[in-house]
Amino acid sequence: MSSRFLSLWFRHLKTDYTAIRRPALLTRPFVLALPDHGRKVITAANRLAEQEGIQPGMTVADARILIPTLEELDDKPELTDQLLHGLALWCIRYTPVVAVDPPNGLIMDVSGCAHLWGDERAYLTQIVATLRSKGYDVRGAIADTIGAAWAVARYCRHTPLIEPGEHITTLLNLPPASLRIEPSITTRLQKLGLEKIHRFASMPRQTLRTRFGNEFLLRLDQAFGRVDEPIKPVLPVEPFIERLPCLEPIRTATGIAIALTQLLETLCQCLKKQGKGLRTAVFKGHRVDGKIIQINIGTHRASHNEKHLFKLFEEKIPTLEPDLGIEVFTLEAPKVEDVSPLQPAMWNGATGLGDNGLIGLLDRITNKTGPHTIHRYLPAEHYWPERAFILAKTFDEIATDTWSVTRPRPIHILSRPEPIDVTAPIPDYPPMLFIHKGQRHKIIHAEGPERIEQEWWIRQGEHRDYYAAENEEGVRFWIFRLGHYNGDKTYQWFLHGYFA
Amino acid sequence: MPAKQDILAQLQRDILALQGTRPATASAIDLGLGPITAAFPNNTFPTGAIHELISPRPETAPATSGFTAALVSGLMQPGGACLWIGCTRKIYPPGLKTFGIEPDRVIFLDMKNEKEVLWATEEALKCNGLAAVISDIRELTMTTSRRFQLAAEQSRVTGFILRQQPRNLHPTASVARWQISPMRSKGEAGMPGLGFPGWNIGLTRIRNGHPGNWQLEWQAGRFQFDNTPVATLLEQRQRKTG
Repeated sequence: MSSRFLSLWFRHLKTDYTAIRRPALLTRPFVLALPDHGRKVITAANRLAEQEGIQPGMTVADARILIPTLEELDDKPELTDQLLHGLALWCIRYTPVVAVDPPNGLIMDVSGCAHLWGDERAYLTQIVATLRSKGYDVRGAIADTIGAAWAVARYCRHTPLIEPGEHITTLLNLPPASLRIEPSITTRLQKLGLEKIHRFASMPRQTLRTRFGNEFLLRLDQAFGRVDEPIKPVLPVEPFIERLPCLEPIRTATGIAIALTQLLETLCQCLKKQGKGLRTAVFKGHRVDGKIIQINIGTHRASHNEKHLFKLFEEKIPTLEPDLGIEVFTLEAPKVEDVSPLQPAMWNGATGLGDNGLIGLLDRITNKTGPHTIHRYLPAEHYWPERAFILAKTFDEIATDTWSVTRPRPIHILSRPEPIDVTAPIPDYPPMLFIHKGQRHKIIHAEGPERIEQEWWIRQGEHRDYYAAENEEGVRFWIFRLGHYNGDKTYQWFLHGYFA
Repeated sequence: MPAKQDILAQLQRDILALQGTRPATASAIDLGLGPITAAFPNNTFPTGAIHELISPRPETAPATSGFTAALVSGLMQPGGACLWIGCTRKIYPPGLKTFGIEPDRVIFLDMKNEKEVLWATEEALKCNGLAAVISDIRELTMTTSRRFQLAAEQSRVTGFILRQQPRNLHPTASVARWQISPMRSKGEAGMPGLGFPGWNIGLTRIRNGHPGNWQLEWQAGRFQFDNTPVATLLEQRQRKTG
């Protein structure tokens, strides 16, 4: 049986998508635009806008002359790929082999699929009608080769269904642009008066190659079916999920643990084969009374170590309530990442953040006490003490800046600076004594001030003048005065931290 | 026939080994503790053991944290990581850099209550990928300290228990008990500003060692000993300035 291919052409892919999200735009002309060299260039226009003569590539300012009420929205360059990929995944219901055909099409290998929907006509109508009902302006065609289906979908006005073996006849009457060739070659062909494919299809190959290049000949051969054209089908992501039905309802913790071990074993083998490890996992039990009970775990680094994962689950097994019994267990890994291959131990007793034992420990702690227990900080380039460090998002994140040691910083800090009463010679001397929480501290040594300003773009409040001060006992304080000295207002002093 | 002293030394070594102190090896880390080293068994800082640091008053807590950070920085030298466990955290991460710790290699665990801190500390002490575990625990019982000490001996992780204003000081199974208080800065006579961070170090209990008191300063990334008593220095300064 010969191959059959279906080509889908989304004429207004991005604008259709936008209109589906915002139905108010359906009746109005609008364009998507991107900034380019200081002007806004249209990347997509909807049908109403195109009717008025607006084409992608125009600037928004020019288009506004044609339609003053034209609406303009920001385009996202990666949107096309995402949309086509999503549509390709959706189309897998019609055929297992679907490929993305940028910038605005899909290619499907429909050999042996059409009879399931009756015949090819019903099949094509079904696909196109469903997509149109969703709001996409789509055209489709079925032919023996990818090239022919592509050409017919876009350039043939008569019928979208080309019977087996008839694609060459149809192609001969189409313009050369339908061959998926570069626009420059199309223009040259038109200049030479070769407006239909049949004008040059019978020319000697040598002549065509010298004039238009190999690529052109390849496209021609592919359309005519003389050369096979490979396509790269979209692979749906298979969820990592394992299922274990039980002969009799399970009610004991031991039974649950056994079920969990079995599920983990199969899931981890599956993960290992693909070089993946799980970051989150859900263990569900379907109870006899129809309710679902579950426990969740998370790891700091992708893992497929059964023993470690079992330990994480083990602590939570007592929280499950089997009631009358659990009939079916499932184990699912919704978040999966590539596992970095284990490095051979280069130094013995490696103490460091990369240590597997440490990661395991942190997993157990998070599992027991919740996700907001573990904190690790990275330097941030700010002088303001509260902003001098940021929370590391991931465990593998490496510090890009270095920790500054140019100015003394305290070892203990108060979460909020606490006001103190101060006796200080003005204007800029450190205090002689201060009272904090009713306790008098006489200051023997001090150094400062170190003025720390807030960055003007995130300013909230006044600058601080910091002093390091030591009392009679040797306790060292980090105190500051808020703002400038001013004759007519009282200034405020605060205690912010302690030096070691 | 071996001399009496040889026999005694051999017996001493055997007892130390039985009590979990490993004999000094070439790989032992030198923390630069100078004269304090002589107080330790085998003349080496006991790693893989539990150290208790008592701060009886809130004023001594920063000094205790600073001294601990200075010790841990020596233990962390080959690129290690450490855990700082507690339920009320006061540490200012950039301040650790003063004592030679890369603050991004410290993982802070902020637990909800003391019970969780105890659990996390014991788990952490069992993890041999760590250089040190620092834990804010107020009350330490014999049983808990024994558990910690056994875990530390097994994994060779050094544990520091910072006990702030403990209600009672019953004996525990930890190897050493320290009491750190701040020392008035010496500085250069007649010069303004603060001197180097300095501490009065009290080693109140050390198993198989010799307790004692010392004064030391943290200068340019290492401990510096000065035997001149602070009082005389201060007197000199007051005479000069006054």
